[in-house]
Amino acid sequence: MLKITDLTANVGDKQILRGISLSVNPGEVHAIMGPNGSGKSTLAQVVAGHPGYQVTGGTVEFEGQDLLAMDAEVRAQAGIFLAFQYPVEIPGVSNAYFLRAAYNEIRKARGEEEADPMEFLDIMEQRLKIVEMDDAMLQRSVNAGFSGGEKKRNEILQMAVLEPKLAILDETDSGLDIDALRLVAEGVNKLKRPDRATIVVTHYQRLLNYIVPDFVHVLAQGRIVRSGGRELALELEERGYDWLLESAEAVA
Amino acid sequence: MSSRPDYRELFDATPRAGAGKDWLPQLKISAIEQFEAVGFPTTRDEDWHFTSVTPIAERLFKPARPHATTLTASDIAPFTYGQAKWHLLVFVNGRFEPSLSSFAQLDADARVMTFAEALKEAPELLAERLGTLAPKAHAFTALNTAFLSDGVVIHVPKDVVLDEPVHILYVTDAQAANASTHPRTLLVAERGASVTLVESFAAVGTPAYFTNHVAEVMVGDGARVDHYKVQRESGSAFHVGTTQATQGRDSIYHSFSFATGAQLSRTNVYSRLLGENAEVRLNGLYALEEAQHADHQTFVEHIAPACSSREVYKGMLDGTSHGVFNGKVFVHPEAQKTDGKQTNKALLLSEGARVDSKPQLEIFADDVKCTHGATVGRLDETALFYMKSRGIGGERARALLTYAFAAEVLELIELEPLKIALEASLFARFMQAEQV
Repeated sequence: MLKITDLTANVGDKQILRGISLSVNPGEVHAIMGPNGSGKSTLAQVVAGHPGYQVTGGTVEFEGQDLLAMDAEVRAQAGIFLAFQYPVEIPGVSNAYFLRAAYNEIRKARGEEEADPMEFLDIMEQRLKIVEMDDAMLQRSVNAGFSGGEKKRNEILQMAVLEPKLAILDETDSGLDIDALRLVAEGVNKLKRPDRATIVVTHYQRLLNYIVPDFVHVLAQGRIVRSGGRELALELEERGYDWLLESAEAVA
Repeated sequence: MSSRPDYRELFDATPRAGAGKDWLPQLKISAIEQFEAVGFPTTRDEDWHFTSVTPIAERLFKPARPHATTLTASDIAPFTYGQAKWHLLVFVNGRFEPSLSSFAQLDADARVMTFAEALKEAPELLAERLGTLAPKAHAFTALNTAFLSDGVVIHVPKDVVLDEPVHILYVTDAQAANASTHPRTLLVAERGASVTLVESFAAVGTPAYFTNHVAEVMVGDGARVDHYKVQRESGSAFHVGTTQATQGRDSIYHSFSFATGAQLSRTNVYSRLLGENAEVRLNGLYALEEAQHADHQTFVEHIAPACSSREVYKGMLDGTSHGVFNGKVFVHPEAQKTDGKQTNKALLLSEGARVDSKPQLEIFADDVKCTHGATVGRLDETALFYMKSRGIGGERARALLTYAFAAEVLELIELEPLKIALEASLFARFMQAEQV
């Protein structure tokens, strides 16, 4: 589904990603872990098409297509979804309008009919249940004045509405208390399907108690320094990142 | 100035009933003298530094001649916000059109009159108040007074609350091409009274003309006036409008100015806080494109203590348009405990658009809280990326964010049907007729 090969990327003159290779197949859950500044959020943003990063080398294929040649909206229409670490507030645009606009863009891209406001309300009813949100939030402006937990749930709601093939959760656990964390994780789990894949970017392993990964990759200084199964996350929980960083420096 | 059109000559050639006999002709004569003395402002005047009125000054806009209008109710329907219950006064090319107007039974002793009616029915009110508030020394105000021919007088007596808004609609069409209108509004809200006034300026077709409007608003002690101005003149037109309010103790004056029309416009909204604990809110939104120029000046004069002023003005500028905002707050030495806040934001949608923003605080009291903030920027790249990451394409995302920028300030409109109508018009402008 997603095939990243030797990917390097900069912000300005600073190199952040120094050669990442990663393959994600349908049905899989991958966790990307690493200390602050390791490049894990950058990787998520580059895959989603953030214009602030310059890809300097390597390739990214999504379902056999050259992802790097696509604009961010085309990537979303192709089925990639990034749950933001810091969801953006858009005062003046209602959640309902925003969600319907996004939903219809993606339907159009798939060659399907657009949903009218009434049909869309029915769809929303079901999806709101996934994240246990009240429909009153549909009338509020996108993320404006939302609490941290509400913002993260709103990201998962968007994901539930857009039904991406590949969902990338960028530090979705940050700033959440345990109840909110569980709610968000349950939402993600309810959306899992054999033809969909998930990449969970996180600093801590606690989210992985709820969203159980098939593969864990540790990023340090812009490279994957270790890959393994779920047990790697537990080992990191116990030992921290330092032992891996030392070996990474030795390689560098 | 000698090469410029001679308004004095035009004035002398304009017939005036009973000239020289009573107060109104006297008022007009002193106004034209005032105009002659000051002349049109130039960019050397501090208040007009960023706005050249040469395109207005270099041609002679004769007052529109009275004529029978061909406009029908369906022509003006787009400008009435679908509100049949509002008291509607329609002026076509500066002249009152009873056939298009509908002001039903008014509450209690409240009166809504045209100038002609007021001269007959309430001459003392007119003689006492007209011209006492608006800044006489301003060239455009003087010109308005000199060529005043029609307008509206609203009198809301003590403790009377008008339930339905009064809507004055000024429509101009091709019959007034190259002509001027000088409409005038006098609103007196006595102690404890409450009224909502909507003044709309619209055009049928795209004639070039000059509207020079003056509104004088007296907000008595404990009274409340909500005053909306919707300037959607023809794109070829010129518009200058001055609103001067005075406020008594515990009064509330809420002004909202919406402007998308005219090739060149200047909107002045001034309030003098004369009584303690008065509250003024001056809000506005303008959206410009192509080579439009819109200048807004607000002036809040804190004269009495413990008054509050709040201002939010936003502008959206596309093409090679030019926006100007000058927000003045003057705090007199006696006006202790003044609480003033002013925000001014402009969104530049093109490389060629430009905005000049000048907050101006002059504070002569020591125990006051006054803040101002001005920002000029472009669309938020992070928000754009956020939308794109949800599949919403670049153009659409830009349009939506632009609309959102405007929608935020429209929230300050408390008159729901007007808010909905203005939201819809902006939405159509930026989003090509979809639904929120």
